[in-house]
Amino acid sequence: MADATLNVGQLGEPSGTKPKRTFSRRNIILYGTLIVIAMYYLLPLYVMVVTSLKGMPEIRLGNIFAPPVEITFEPWAKAWATACTGLNCDGLSRGFWNSVQITIPSVIISIAIASVNGYALANWRFKGADVFFTILIFGAFIPYQVMLYPMVILLREMGIYGTLTGLVIVHTIFGMPILTLLFRNYFTSIPEELFKAARVDGAGFWSIYLKIMLPMSLPIFVVAMILQITGIWNDFLFGVVYTKPDIYPMTVQLNNIVNSVQGVKEYNVNMAATILTGLVPLTVYFISGKLFVRGIAAGAVKG
Amino acid sequence: MATIGKPNSLFRNMSAKIAAIPMIFTALVVFVGGTLWTVTYSFTNSKLLPREKWVGFDQYERLWGTNRWNVAIENILIYGFFSLIFSLVIGFVLAALLDQKIRFEDAFRTILLYPFALSFIVTGLVWQWILNPEFGIQSMVRGLGWESFTFDPLYNPEIVVYGLLIAGLWQGTGFVMCLMLAGLRGIDEDIWKAARVDGIPMWKTYLFIIIPMMRPVFITTLVIIAAGIVKLYDLVVAQTSGGPGIASEVPAKYVYDYMFQGQNLGQGFAASTMMLVSVLIVLIPWAYLEFGGRKNG
Repeated sequence: MADATLNVGQLGEPSGTKPKRTFSRRNIILYGTLIVIAMYYLLPLYVMVVTSLKGMPEIRLGNIFAPPVEITFEPWAKAWATACTGLNCDGLSRGFWNSVQITIPSVIISIAIASVNGYALANWRFKGADVFFTILIFGAFIPYQVMLYPMVILLREMGIYGTLTGLVIVHTIFGMPILTLLFRNYFTSIPEELFKAARVDGAGFWSIYLKIMLPMSLPIFVVAMILQITGIWNDFLFGVVYTKPDIYPMTVQLNNIVNSVQGVKEYNVNMAATILTGLVPLTVYFISGKLFVRGIAAGAVKG
Repeated sequence: MATIGKPNSLFRNMSAKIAAIPMIFTALVVFVGGTLWTVTYSFTNSKLLPREKWVGFDQYERLWGTNRWNVAIENILIYGFFSLIFSLVIGFVLAALLDQKIRFEDAFRTILLYPFALSFIVTGLVWQWILNPEFGIQSMVRGLGWESFTFDPLYNPEIVVYGLLIAGLWQGTGFVMCLMLAGLRGIDEDIWKAARVDGIPMWKTYLFIIIPMMRPVFITTLVIIAAGIVKLYDLVVAQTSGGPGIASEVPAKYVYDYMFQGQNLGQGFAASTMMLVSVLIVLIPWAYLEFGGRKNG
């Protein structure tokens, strides 16, 4: 490996320096590999977009990688407004609004509860708190399938099984381990002197939280929001278990549109529907950039 | 910490306790209570509704005697084995490539990670389309002149798991790469300098110095991937619906189908308990290694 030694040689240089020869053998191999890999990762997105812009006759004739000869937005319109999901034919729009109604309260409530909880765990430790916290973290590893049915009973007893409220509670509960961990770790990293000074000044639990901790930790709230918006929007299992067809979230509806076997398969409509469903998390992802990485890496942070 | 208000220990630090009520409820009622409930009722012959008619290990015997469950277990083992290996290898190689002080690192990372923002449903449906033999890769290669080319994983019971694997890896490797990249960045530059002074080739430095140093990162990643594998459900539902036939069934789908469609709760409980057991087999040694050795992990 002649290029390997070359490679190591360059690592010793200060970072940011341009390599002397832009088209060295090492660079061609390195960037060539990366570009091929990047193309592979982009391929499905490309295929989705291209397919959704073709008419069905063109799909039947050509191959899926060819760009559309004649661009049509009809599949998008159909996927959004008139595609059938077994019972009703008002497209994905219903699922979209359901998902909005599910995601917004779930994100707000789960973050509110978990942040206060993380704050209590970091700054107001009480006897037994660590025991509950440990159970909570280990609970994150229990397969959801084990807790699905007890949760059904719980929600049924409360009279909210099959409602949006029920699903919001489910998301709040199952989002709690990771969010609590996130907030606890963050609040622990805030210098304790600050907390003590506020205590000396007579501030209590809630006023310290609202006036000191909250303003200081906006980045971590953004991270939590990214984590929750994508997670809840992408959820399928809880949606299908805890809601009824009328209020199915978008992912469930998308699956029903594409995988219900009735009539001729309209691949272009299916792909348009798929993109539409992926659009929200993708937007969050592209806007948030590095914060998204921080959010998902938070799952890997040890308590 | 907060030691104000001495008289009654129960009411001391009251606000914090109130703030922790949702956590206490989740931990005790949902996680512990729910788990115990499911395990207990897996010993009954509950059908449409849970009921306390004890049948011992009957449900488990039936479970392991059911072809569909055994197929599901076999699938998850194959999927899990390859998913673990490929995730770690691909994730690490990608991270190492991105760690070469390249230009446009952010752009490359963004591209490699975006699938992770998509749901398994979207992932499954896209790959269902790409792997469609009539229109997808197979048809394209045949169109190029290789008429006998066959690549139809989603329609061939023998290799359908690998069809799932392709989609799953596309979705998840970017995430593994990010964890690995964080690990690589945490390694002291001096190690590289020392290796270079000693004239150790780069691949050897990675294999024998860097990777052993990144052991904690690998273990954490391993646990995260493994926990995800056990939960594998949405991807299968979207991409193959368990087919062709029952060839791509997985345990999580078995549980859902028996609990909410087959009206055979007992089977669902027994199957989910088996899932729990498999997680414990992974989790307990890890927790022991991670937290047992040293205090306060």
